[in-house]
Amino acid sequence: MTGIERLDAAFARARAEGRGALIPYFCAGDPDPSTSALLLEEAARAGSDVIELGIPYGDPLADGPTIAAAAQRALAQGTGVDATLALADGVRRGGGPPVLLFTYVNPILQYGIEGFADALVAAGAAGAIVPDVPIEEMGELRTAFAPRGLALPLLIAPSTPPARALALAEASDGFVYVVSRLGVTGAKREPDFAWIEERVAAIRAHVDRPVAIGFGIATGAHARRAVELADAAIVGSALIDAYAGTAGEEAAARVRTLLAELDAARRPAPRSEGHDRVSR
Amino acid sequence: MRKPDGRGYFGEGFGGRFVPEVLYEALAELERGMDAAFADPSFWAEYDAMLRDFVGRPSPILETTRLTGTSEAATLVLKREDLNHTGAHKINNTVGQGLLARRMGKKRIIAETGAGQHGVATATIGAKLGIPVDVFMGELDVERQALNVYVMKLLGARVHPVSGGTRTLKDATNEAFREWAARVEDTFYIIGSVVGAHPYPYMVREFQKVIGVEARAQVLERYGRLPSDVVACVGGGSNAMGIFAGFVGDAGVRLWGVEAAGHGLHSIDTAASLNAGTIGVLHGSRSYVLQTREGQVRDTHSISAGLDYPGVGPEHAFLKDSGRATYVAVDDEEALAMFHACAEREGIVPALESAHALAYASRLARERGPDGLVLVNLSGRGDKDVRQVAAFDER
Repeated sequence: MTGIERLDAAFARARAEGRGALIPYFCAGDPDPSTSALLLEEAARAGSDVIELGIPYGDPLADGPTIAAAAQRALAQGTGVDATLALADGVRRGGGPPVLLFTYVNPILQYGIEGFADALVAAGAAGAIVPDVPIEEMGELRTAFAPRGLALPLLIAPSTPPARALALAEASDGFVYVVSRLGVTGAKREPDFAWIEERVAAIRAHVDRPVAIGFGIATGAHARRAVELADAAIVGSALIDAYAGTAGEEAAARVRTLLAELDAARRPAPRSEGHDRVSR
Repeated sequence: MRKPDGRGYFGEGFGGRFVPEVLYEALAELERGMDAAFADPSFWAEYDAMLRDFVGRPSPILETTRLTGTSEAATLVLKREDLNHTGAHKINNTVGQGLLARRMGKKRIIAETGAGQHGVATATIGAKLGIPVDVFMGELDVERQALNVYVMKLLGARVHPVSGGTRTLKDATNEAFREWAARVEDTFYIIGSVVGAHPYPYMVREFQKVIGVEARAQVLERYGRLPSDVVACVGGGSNAMGIFAGFVGDAGVRLWGVEAAGHGLHSIDTAASLNAGTIGVLHGSRSYVLQTREGQVRDTHSISAGLDYPGVGPEHAFLKDSGRATYVAVDDEEALAMFHACAEREGIVPALESAHALAYASRLARERGPDGLVLVNLSGRGDKDVRQVAAFDER
C-alpha cells in the first residue's frame, strides 16, 4: 500500500468502527532518543489511527513554546532527519499505524527533495506535513511525492478565505488539517469550536475527505468536541506537557494516561448520536 | 529596478512566501494594501513630507578628507544616513510601513529588533502616528542594549524579551511571526530589513530606495559624473538595497556589499551569509543562509549586532548570483579599527555596521587611485556602540 492508501485505510477503519480518529504528535528524539521510541510504542498500543512525528527544527515558525523547546532538546541530543526516519521505521516494523512526518521545509531542501521522498518510502512513512510551504510553493514537493504515493496533507487556518479553503481541501492528500484557532501550536489557547463547526460544514458540503482538527486540542473534552464536528483530533503540545521533566517509564506512563483519556473521548457516548451537539 | 515576479521571486530562485497558512492571507492582504498605496500619489506625498520634516531628509553627502590616509586614493564620499532622526537608515522604512499600517486600518504594530535600532525606529513612528507598538527582542540583546530598550519604553512601546533559541535577532523574528499569526486581523508587522516573505523584501527596498535616488543626484551634481563604486554593509541588507537601488541600472557603477566576517569567513563565528552560507529558507524566503548540512540555522557572530543575522535578503542573493553586485567580508578587528579611524580622522563616530562598509570602501579607494570616486553608505551613527567598543578596548 502507498502512504496515501494507508491513511485512507486508517480513516476508513475509524469510520467503520463508528468513532473518531486520534492522531497524536511527538517530536522525534524528545525527551531523549530511547524515551522517544517508548512514547511511539505507547501511541501505537493506545490504538492511535495515525502518528505525526516531528523532525526537530530550531526555528519552528508554526510552533509555540512547548514544541519549540522539545525540538531544542532533541537537537541538543543529535536527533536529525535520519534518526527521525529510523523512529518511523520502528513504528512500521512494530505493526503500528501510519506515520506522517511533520517537518519544516529547510531540512527537506538540504536533504534533497527526491532523496527525502525516497527516504520516506524506505522508512514506510505515509507522507509529510510541511507547515511552512503554502500550496503556491508546493510544486517541487508534489512532483516528488505524488509518484511515490506519499501524502501531503494541507492546513487550513481561520484566516484562510473560504474559496481558498475549498481549494486547499480539494488538493489535500489523506485528510484536511483544520487549524482550530489563530496562532501557533500549544495547549494554552482554547480551540474556537464555533468557527470549526462552520468551516467543517463548508468543507464537507464540497469535498469528500476526512477532516482533522489540530492546534490547542489538549483534553478529552476538546478531542470529543473535535470528533463530533470532524473526523479526527490531533494532539501534540498537551502530550509533551504531560511528560515534561520526566523520561523513560515515567514519561511513558504519563503519556499512557492522557492517551487513555483521548481514546475514551473519540468513542461515541452510549446515549448520544454521532452528530449530536453536546454543549459542555 | 525590477519588481519580483507574482510569487515574490527575484530571478529564478530567491524569495517566495514560505510561511504557515495562517499568515498567507495576511501577506496577500499586505500586498494588496501595498500595491494600492504605491499607486496612490497622495501616499508618496505624505511619505516624502514625513521624511523631510520628521526624518530630516535629504541626508547630505560628505567628502572624506583624511580617512584613507593618502592623497593617492580615490575620492571617498559618505552618504550621511547617520544624520537621520533616530540615527540610522532604519526610519525610512518604518515611516513607510507605519503610514501603510495606518492606511490599512491596523490598530497595532509589532516589530523584531536585534541591536534595538529598528525597534526604536518603529516605536518612534508608532508614537508619531498614535499606533501602539510591541517590540520583540532576544533576551540576550535586551541585556546588551539596555539603553535602546529604555528609549523604546520612553517612546511608549512595550518590549517583549524572547527566551527561545539563541535569544537574539533570529529568535525575536520567529516570535514576531508567531505573534502575527495569533493576531493577523488587527496587527501590522513592520519587518526591519529586506528579508521575510513576499512582499517584504520588495516593499522595504522601495522604502529605502530614497537613499540611492538622493545619492545618485547628489553625486552627479557635485562631481558631474557617477561614482565608480558604491559600497554598503549587508546584514539583512536594507541599507545596501536602498543605496544600490539608485545605481543598479548604471552598468558602469560597481556595487559592493560588505558582510560581517566576524572572527573570519572560515571560522564558525561569522555572519557572512552570502560568502559562507548555502541556499535555504529562513523567515519566509529562499536565500543564502548560514546553516548546517542538516538544514538547522547556525548561530552567528559579529561584533556588530545589526549584522549578526544568519540570513540575507533574497534580492542580494539574486544580485550575487547574477554578478551585478559583489559581496565581500570584513572581520571584527578591521571594523573596530575603522570605527576608531573614522572618529579620529573624520570627526564622525560611525555605527559598527557602517564601519564594515567604510573599511572596505577605504581599501577600494586606495586600489582605485585618484581617478576613482567611491560612494559609501554611512548607514548609522555609533552612539549605540560606544559602551561595547569601550569594553572591547579595555581587554
